[in-house]
Formats: sequence, C-alpha cells, structure tokens
Amino acid sequence: MEHNVYLYILVVAGVTYLIRVLPLTLIRREIKNTFLRSFLYYVPYVTLAAMTFPAILHATDSIWSGLAALVVGVIVAWFSGNLFLVAASGCLIVFLVELLL
Amino acid sequence: MNTRQFTRGMRVGVPIFLGYLAVSFTLGITAKNAGLSAFQATLTSLLVNASAGQYAAFTLMAAQGGYLEMALLTLVTNARYLLMSCSLSQKLSPQTRLWQRCTVGFAVTDEMFGMAIAERQDLSPFYYFGMMTVAMPGWALGTFLGTSVGNILPASAVSALSVGLYGMFLAVVIPASRKSKVILGVVAVSMGASFLLSVLPLFAQMAEGTRLIILTIVISAGAAALFPVKEEKEEASHGA
Repeated sequence: MEHNVYLYILVVAGVTYLIRVLPLTLIRREIKNTFLRSFLYYVPYVTLAAMTFPAILHATDSIWSGLAALVVGVIVAWFSGNLFLVAASGCLIVFLVELLL
Repeated sequence: MNTRQFTRGMRVGVPIFLGYLAVSFTLGITAKNAGLSAFQATLTSLLVNASAGQYAAFTLMAAQGGYLEMALLTLVTNARYLLMSCSLSQKLSPQTRLWQRCTVGFAVTDEMFGMAIAERQDLSPFYYFGMMTVAMPGWALGTFLGTSVGNILPASAVSALSVGLYGMFLAVVIPASRKSKVILGVVAVSMGASFLLSVLPLFAQMAEGTRLIILTIVISAGAAALFPVKEEKEEASHGA
C-alpha cells in the first residue's frame, strides 16, 4: 500500500509538537525540589556540549577544518560571548582551512 | 506586546536564520532524494522545525514505513526536546499565558533553546517570538532552496556555513564555563562522554538522538547529585 505523504507529515508534526508543548503547559510553577531544579539547570549545558562534540568534526568536508572550527570557536567564545562573532569565526576558519587543504 | 524584547529576539534570530539556511539546505536535498516535492518538504520544515527528526522522517518516508513506526521514530529522535521544554518551563515566569506557552512550544529547537537559556533573567515570551519570527523562515526557505535548486551553492560554502550552528552552541556553553568551574567540568565530561559513546561498539549503532538523551539524563543527574544548585536562577552566572 502506498502511504500518504501528508499523513506522514501530520504524524511527525503532531508528535513533535506534543513533545515540546506538554512540559511547557503542564509545568506552570517553579519546581521546589533541589535535585530536580539542579537537574534541569544542568540539562542545557550537557545537551549543547554533547551535541557539539564530536559532531562538529563531521559537519564539514574535512575533519581538520571541523577541528579548527572547534578550537577557534572555544577561544573566541572564552573571550567574547558574542554569538555572531563566534559563529562567524568558525565559518571563516573552515573556509580558510579547506582552501589550504 | 513587549516591543523591546521582541526586537532583541529578532536581532539574535539573524545568525540563527543564516545557520538554519545552510543546514536546512542539505536537509532539502535529503527530502528531494526521498521523493518529496519542494512544497511537501517546505511544509514539513514549517510544521516540524527539527533537523535530526526530519532527516529520520524523510528516510522512513522513502522506505514507506508505517504511520505508527513514524510516530515512534519521531518520539525517539525528538525526545530531547522534552527535556529542553522541561528546562524552559523553569525559565518562563509563572505568569506566562497559555497561548504564549503554546506558541513558544511550536519552536523549541536546539538553537533557540540555547539562546533562551543564556538569558539572565526570566525568559520573556516576546524575546522568543522575536527569534522565531526571524529564524523559522530560514529553516523553511533553506529546505525549499535545497529541494528546488539543489546544488547551486558551491560545496565549500555549504561546508563552511554548516559549522555556524555549533559556533552558537559554543557561545552558550563556553562563557558559562569560564564563570563556573562546575559547568566547565560538566561541559568537558559531556563532550568526552559524547565522543566515547560515538565510538563504543554498543552505543555507536544507536541513533544520535538516543545517545543524546542517555548522556543528558546521566550527566545532568550526576551533576545535580554532586553539585546541587541552591540559590535562585542567578546562581548560574556567579559560579558554584
């Protein structure tokens, strides 16, 4: 049987929306439990860090340009929290490194 | 309507827009290969706003998987948004209205979540709406371009742009690590463990989203048990 693409899209969109909206609407008050609060406090740092490495190494055409982007990104972010500056310096270094390779 | 917060959000949305454009461009190519039309692929991006989740979905569409299978796959690949939303629920002030929560919930993505969590005070929903207004069209537009004009962009440009989003993640975790030794440790352990799981035999076969959930739960729980956060939200910026 041929499946309907629009039904597929509806399923994916529906499930994804529920995952995102349920915690936001159901957890209305500040959580008092210290462990839970601390857990949720650390979640973003763990997730973002784990998402960045080692994935950044495989995001570009060469593992070396990805590594260069990581190193430059960490250095720039350490001294300046500017989002655009960090992102742009990463892109620029990848372009330059791949030009040399 | 808080115009100041909305414009602030729009400004932060610009780099996200550019990053999305690059990433969803490659996503569009995947969709095209899976047999979707430009309209169908763009519609998916408008409604779903999830990179790994959409990749997985397009792949399963191409394989003509069942609807239940599609629902389960979506649940697994996007489950990290559940944790992010729980975390975000604590950044919003309890006064935040229901329609505002439902709108924010439409676009809890890695990048916008990262920016929201970097806020020092309570997250203003209007700041989030500002980001969404600018960033989300980038996701849809990139997908559309990827499916319709395919390989018009030189490969070197796509390659360079695709690290932009990781740069944004670093811009969130690194400055926080500089201020707090605990966060620095958490970030280092997370990266190390993430690398280990990506090469260890049993874990390497898992979907990336699943590995991410395991890492997030285990490491955050460990950090919460060892270094509980005692004070109010501001604690973060002053270090533990």
